[in-house]
Order: sequence, then C-alpha cells, then structure tokens
Amino acid sequence: MPRLLKLHTYLVLAFLYLPIAVIVALSFNQSRFGVRWTGFTWQWYLRLFHHHRVAVYAENTLIVAVASTLIATVLGTLLALGLYRYSFRLKGAIRFLIYVPVVIPDIVMGVALLLFFAWVRVHTGWLRLSLTTIVLGHVTFQIAYVALVVRSRLAGLDPALEEAAQDLGAGSYATFRHVTLPLILPGVLAGALLAFTLSLDDFVITFFTAGPGSTTLPLYIFGSVKRGVTPEIHALSSILIAATTVGLVLGRALLRRR
Amino acid sequence: MNPTPVVELEGVRKVFDGGTVALDGVTLTVYEGEFFSLLGPSGCGKTTLLRILGGFEVPDAGTVRIAGVDVREVPPYRRPVNTVFQNYALFPHMTVFDNIAFGLRMRRRPPAEVRRKVGWAMELVQIEGLSARRPHELSGGQKQRVALARALVNEPRVLLLDEPLGALDLKLRKQLQIELMRLQMELGTTFVYVTHDQEEALVMSDRMAVMQNGRLEQVGLPEELYERPKTAFVARFLGRSNLIEAHAVAPDRAETPFGPLRVSGGLTPGRRYLLGIRPEKLRLAREPWNRANTVTARVKEIVYTGAENQYILEARGGELVAYTLNADISEPGYEEYDYGETVHVHLPPENLVVIDEPIGDEPRPPAP
Amino acid sequence: MNRSATSRARRLLELLLTVGPGALWLLIFMLIPALLMLEASFLQRGPYGRLVGPFTLANYLRFFGLTPEGFDPLYLGILWRSAVFAAGVTAITLLLGYPLAFAIATSRRKETLLLLVVLPFWTNFLIRIYAWIVIFQRHGVVNAALGALGLGPLPLYPSWFAVYVATVYTYLPFLVLPVYTAVERIDWTLLEAAQDLGAGRVRGFLHAVLPQTLPGVVAGVLLVFVPALGTFVISDLLGAGRVILIGNVIQQQFGVVRDWAFGSAAAYVLMALVLLGLWGYARVAGEEGLDRLV
Repeated sequence: MPRLLKLHTYLVLAFLYLPIAVIVALSFNQSRFGVRWTGFTWQWYLRLFHHHRVAVYAENTLIVAVASTLIATVLGTLLALGLYRYSFRLKGAIRFLIYVPVVIPDIVMGVALLLFFAWVRVHTGWLRLSLTTIVLGHVTFQIAYVALVVRSRLAGLDPALEEAAQDLGAGSYATFRHVTLPLILPGVLAGALLAFTLSLDDFVITFFTAGPGSTTLPLYIFGSVKRGVTPEIHALSSILIAATTVGLVLGRALLRRR
Repeated sequence: MNPTPVVELEGVRKVFDGGTVALDGVTLTVYEGEFFSLLGPSGCGKTTLLRILGGFEVPDAGTVRIAGVDVREVPPYRRPVNTVFQNYALFPHMTVFDNIAFGLRMRRRPPAEVRRKVGWAMELVQIEGLSARRPHELSGGQKQRVALARALVNEPRVLLLDEPLGALDLKLRKQLQIELMRLQMELGTTFVYVTHDQEEALVMSDRMAVMQNGRLEQVGLPEELYERPKTAFVARFLGRSNLIEAHAVAPDRAETPFGPLRVSGGLTPGRRYLLGIRPEKLRLAREPWNRANTVTARVKEIVYTGAENQYILEARGGELVAYTLNADISEPGYEEYDYGETVHVHLPPENLVVIDEPIGDEPRPPAP
Repeated sequence: MNRSATSRARRLLELLLTVGPGALWLLIFMLIPALLMLEASFLQRGPYGRLVGPFTLANYLRFFGLTPEGFDPLYLGILWRSAVFAAGVTAITLLLGYPLAFAIATSRRKETLLLLVVLPFWTNFLIRIYAWIVIFQRHGVVNAALGALGLGPLPLYPSWFAVYVATVYTYLPFLVLPVYTAVERIDWTLLEAAQDLGAGRVRGFLHAVLPQTLPGVVAGVLLVFVPALGTFVISDLLGAGRVILIGNVIQQQFGVVRDWAFGSAAAYVLMALVLLGLWGYARVAGEEGLDRLV
C-alpha cells in the first residue's frame, strides 16, 4: 500500500511537470516546427528581446499587477480589520459579498464588468476600456482574497492584545499602528503576494476588461496560441516559469523567516 | 483616618447579546490601598465586572466611579487603571523592555524617564536582565512578572488582575501569591483581583466578595466570610461545610434531622433555617460526650490528605464530614478512627452558623 | 442604552474608514454590474449590438429551448454537457488528488512535496494550457513518441480528451490543498481505536479516517467543479471549436455574436447554478466551510 501510494505520487508529479518540461525544452530547440530535437539554441530568447512589443506587454502586466495589488491590499486589509473589530447590521451581507468573487466563475464576473464599463461609458463618457478598467476589475477580485487571508490571520490573534494596548493608553489608531498591524503583517504580505500573482496570472477578467493598447502578457500569449505559436512564446513562457518559481521560493523563505 | 473610596459601583447591570444576565445590580465600594478579591465560579460575572472597570464593557445600567469620576463615557485608554490579563497578553512582537515601556510611550514620556521607570518596574518584579527577551522566550512565571511590570509602571490608581496565576503550577502559584501581596503592600496600590480559587482569595485579600449568577453573595473580611457565611452558597463555595436543615423551636434551639440542636441564639421560633458547621469544627470521640448537640455516627469513609484525616460519617439524620488534624499520635486527645467504627460527634453551639435565607418553596415539617 | 453620541459617532467613523472603502468598492464593481447584467438579461439585442427594451423573457425562454418554433434543446444540451464535463473532471481529480494529499500529509518531506504540487499552479495558466497543445497536437510529443514505436498518430488535438486532461491538470491543486489540510488534522487515535475494536484496514479507513477528511473533500470538489463548469479558455484552446461548453456560449455572445442580452441570461443561469450549489454547501458546512474554500 505505501509503495503503491509512492508510485502514485511520482506519477502525478510527473503529470504536473510534463507540460512545463516540454515548454522549457522546446524553448532551447533549434527546430522552428514540431517537437523533434534538432539542437540547442538561445536564438528564441534573443529574438524575444528584440521583439519590442513584448516589453510593452510585460510592462502593462506589471503596471496592472502593482497598481491593483496596492489598492486591493489596503482596501482588503481595512475590510478584514473592520469586520474583525466591529459588529454591525450589514456585517453578514458584506461577508457574503466577499465570498462572491472567490466562488463565482470568473467569466460571469468578466462579462458583468464589461457590461458595467460599457454602461458607465454610455452615460458619462468615462472609463474607456484600458489599463485602468483592467486594474478596476482586478482589484474587485483581489480585495476578496486579501480580506480572507488577513481575516484568517486576525482570527488567530488574541483579542486581549488589542485590549491590552488600549488598557496601556493606546487609542484606536495607535493600537492598530503599534500592535495589530505588526502582528498581522505576515498575513497582509501573504495576501498581497497572492493578489499579485492572481493579477499576473489572470486571463479571463483581463480578456473582458482590456481595450486596444492595453494588451498584457496573458492576452498576448492567448492571441499567439490562437494564431499559431512561434518559438519565442516558448522562451517567454520559460522566463515566466523561472520568474514565478524564484518569486514563490523567495516569498516562502521570507514568510517563514518572520 | 477614614478610608477613601476609589472604586464605587452602584446598581451595575450588564446583559449580553444572547440575553445572559452577567451582572445583576451590583453595588460595591473598594477603598484606597485595599487588596480586594472577587471570588466565584466561572460564569458568575466576576470577569465582566473587572472588564467594566477596565472599560472593555459598558454597563447597561448603574454608575461606575473610579477615583471619584464617573467613567461611563471614558474609554479604556483614558482610565487611571491598568489590567493584568488572564493569559498575560504580552505583545509577542516586542521585547520585554518595549512591552513594559508601551504605556509610558503612549503617554509620550521622555525617553530618559521611560528608561528609568522601566528599570524600576523590572527591579520591582525581579526580572532584571530579561529586557531584550521576547515573550516566547520566557517561562510562565517570567511572563507573569512582565505583565505585572507593564501594568505597574504606569502607576495606576487601581490594578485589575484577571486570574493572573491561573495558568501556573501550584508551587509557582504559591510563590507568586506571596510576592503579589508583598508588592501590593510595598506600593500601596489598590488591587482588584479576580479568582476562582477560594484559598487564593482567603490568603491574599484584605476584603473579598463572593459572586454567583451576577450578584454579590457576600462582601467582607476573609475570616468573616469563612466563619460567618450569610448564604448556603458562600458556605459551600468557601471550603467545605456541613449544612443542616433546621426548624427553630426557640431563639437558641432548633429541630434537625440529627435531633434537637442548640445554637448561640438569634432564631425566630417557627421559621426554617440552615445551620452550617465547618468540618474542622466537629469534635469526635469514642466515648459519649454527655453534652447537648451530640450525634452518634459510623465512619463510612476515610480520606487521608497528609495534614488532615477527613472522615465521612453516617448518622441517623444524614452524612456529616469531619476533619481532624493529623497530629502526633502521642498528643493527648488525638485519636484515629477506623472504617465502620462508631464515633460520637459534638457540634459546639458557638460554631453552628445560622444561615437565614429562604429554603425551598414550601415549609416542610422537620424530619423526625 | 449604550454609549453617548460622541463615542457612537467615533465608532461609526472608524467603521466607515475600515469597512467603508472595501465595501463601497465591492458594491460599485460587483453588485451594480450584477444588477446591470440582470437588467440586460431581460432586454433585447438591438441594432449594432445595443441593448434595447422592452423587457422580455425571450432570452431565458430561448436558453431553455422554448422558442416560437417549438422546443430546441441546444443550450440546455450544452448546459447538461457542461455539468457532465465538470462532474467528470471532478471525479478524475478526486481519484488522482485524494491519494496524493494523503501521501503528502504523511510524508516526511511534506513541505517540499507541497511546494512541488503548488508550483505548477503558480505558473501562468495559459502557458500550461498551451503546453498541452504542444503535447497533443498532430506532430506533438505524444504522437512523436508513438511514431518512434511505429504507432499512431492519434487525433488527440483538438478533442474532448485533451480538454479533460488540461482541465484536470489545471484544477488538481485546488482539490489537493483542502484535502491535505483535512488529512493533516486527522486524529489518528481514532484509527487506532477502530483497529483496537477489530476493524480491518478497509473498515478502519472507511469509519475512522474517511469521515474526518470529508470536509476537505467537499471543499475541494466545489473548488474544482465550479471553475470547470464555467471554463471557456480550456475548451476554446484545446477543443478548438469542437468542444462547446456553457462558458463558450457566454463568451461568444459577448464576443463575435454581440448579443449581450442573451449572454447575460446565460451567465445568470450559470451563476444561479453555482450560487445554488454554494448555498447548499453553506447550509451543510456552515460559514467555516466557506473559509475552507480559500
């Protein structure tokens, strides 16, 4: 039985890494078509760096991820804090509202946002589909994830700590600044990291909220896949895989150190 | 010199969201420099009372004055009190020094003063040398001392302590009990001390209150509460007590299941009472006593606790518990009894406490 | 009777400053869009794809096949196929993921193994999907391997098979993580007790271990089923037109077809299904059950 379980584990892991290995291997393959190995080359990486549009797409992706993560981390953390500290009439409704973006299919959220932005544009002339609308869309689902991660950190917090701070003369803000925030900071960072990767990875919401000139890397990859892939995409994918791997390992090491 | 009141509660009532009545009309005064204990089983309202003094709960009715000021509208951070929390609530991300300095810094004291006072407080509770440690590097006893120093360094008018020794083992508890008493005497700070440990309350307090179901059962000196409990609850909660249902037939005599008993007086003939007597006040003998208030019983069980022998005795009217000191066997009058042995029990009238509270719903005729 | 007006005002201010911005954001960018979509689902497609009145049930009637020409099960069929697809994916994922979660939780190197399982999930979603095209296409990895053995080529792409494999691949970690958490919390003394009482391996597992992992399993199942039900990217890329799921219908209505009214109705049907399932789950598992979904 344990040996069978071990075999199962190795097979599933192989299944999980097969596609990644294939992409990385092809990114170094000389052959332009097919999967036959014809020799090692860096040329696809070099071509990628000369493909100036890709840099713009990467920049767009990062702009969206950084901006939306900043907004969502602040709003989500405050939201979790308010829900933790106070009880009020609409609390149940707001809690439910937080779960919605996590659980409804992203296509539903994507088309609803598309409708909303079109409606706002018709009535006010604002919000042309652009990087701004992508950021607005991303923040909407990121808030939920940040709030839930921070909330689980708050749930592990001894309520007596906040009371102790007040007892020692700290008002609401000082209590937050000197006691609550330092204690939930790992949760806030973890939430921000999650929000950031969700934004980098998002395709569906971006697909529905992007306009001309706001192409992000996932949109570009999607377009390439639909048109027929060039090996530069393999190189790009490999770079992204390496970047997220390094980011994730570093992030975990950082979080563990705290 | 008249004692100055520092904590004055009048008709304080608190009902929680679920409808639980946590405090039901509590009126109480604690005086300057007192070591005052609130004793009761869990859920009796003692912690709620402490939290109302700390400002963490707002009473639904009644007034609370601290140092003469009505504190109803005063948030915790502006009250002249400090709390030692049940599980210490030390800030885990701060060093011992920063924990103790927190209150002073919140009051924007200059750094030199902060250093001096924190040093003083650490010396006071004997934790010099721990200032750079974090809470998770401390033992339970050390955490307790840091929590005390963190509160005392602010020189509060009243120190509130919520079962501060509850998490410690027995030996450390005893040691810290003595230290807390020493500290309190040295500083002269008023202590309001919540505990469910009756022995702790008896040992440490100047005065104490026993609480049950959100009410104060009795307030007074520890020996008063122990020797002259006013209610059956107090008699039972503070140590063990033999409680005997009685029907008064004369101001100093009552019919009981154990036969007629004489008391020191104060009974109204025709009324029903409980008579209480502490196990250690019963006197046992092999020979009949030839006195009033004697009951003949049989030894049913013997519990040896080291310092005492505890006897559970079966008499005609019910069970009695008696403790005898485990003295030297050569001591005159010292006896040990065996299972099944017949003993004569004397209940000295001066040790029979009359508890005057309604018993049951209907007056029943005294048992034969 | 509570605190005075000033302290109540301060509390309200603090509440508005903390909960306020986030709640307002969700209100504007989630609740209002949802209401707009509800309105749109009762409107009609006008010229140039504009939404025009009057209000009508036509979109929903069309979705459920009640057309003026008679019953047409086209969209109901797609919905049914999507549900079967999502259920199939969930079952396969469970078969692969449940033993894996056990293996990880009981391993000495669980930290490393867990990281290994999560890592592919953090690589870009589209890249992972694309990789399966490379593997399954006519001159792809599988067919090259088969060719070396003198077999094949198999028509693996585009196909339902490819869509299944890629969807299972994408959502496997969503099942493994909650099950892993549940296995971690197992009280193994219960198994010992069961064995002490004479239960064999199988019965011991069924009675003492499986029930303890059920909350994690239910959460994981939901986390796989819901996105699989709503996917359109995977079926679009690996099905290349041969696999039409409800997600593809919605996407087409908002894309090339530009019938936003009908698309909204289809999206509402999908959302209603998901929320119904979620509501049922919350009834059974309570609010802490919802937390398990994150």
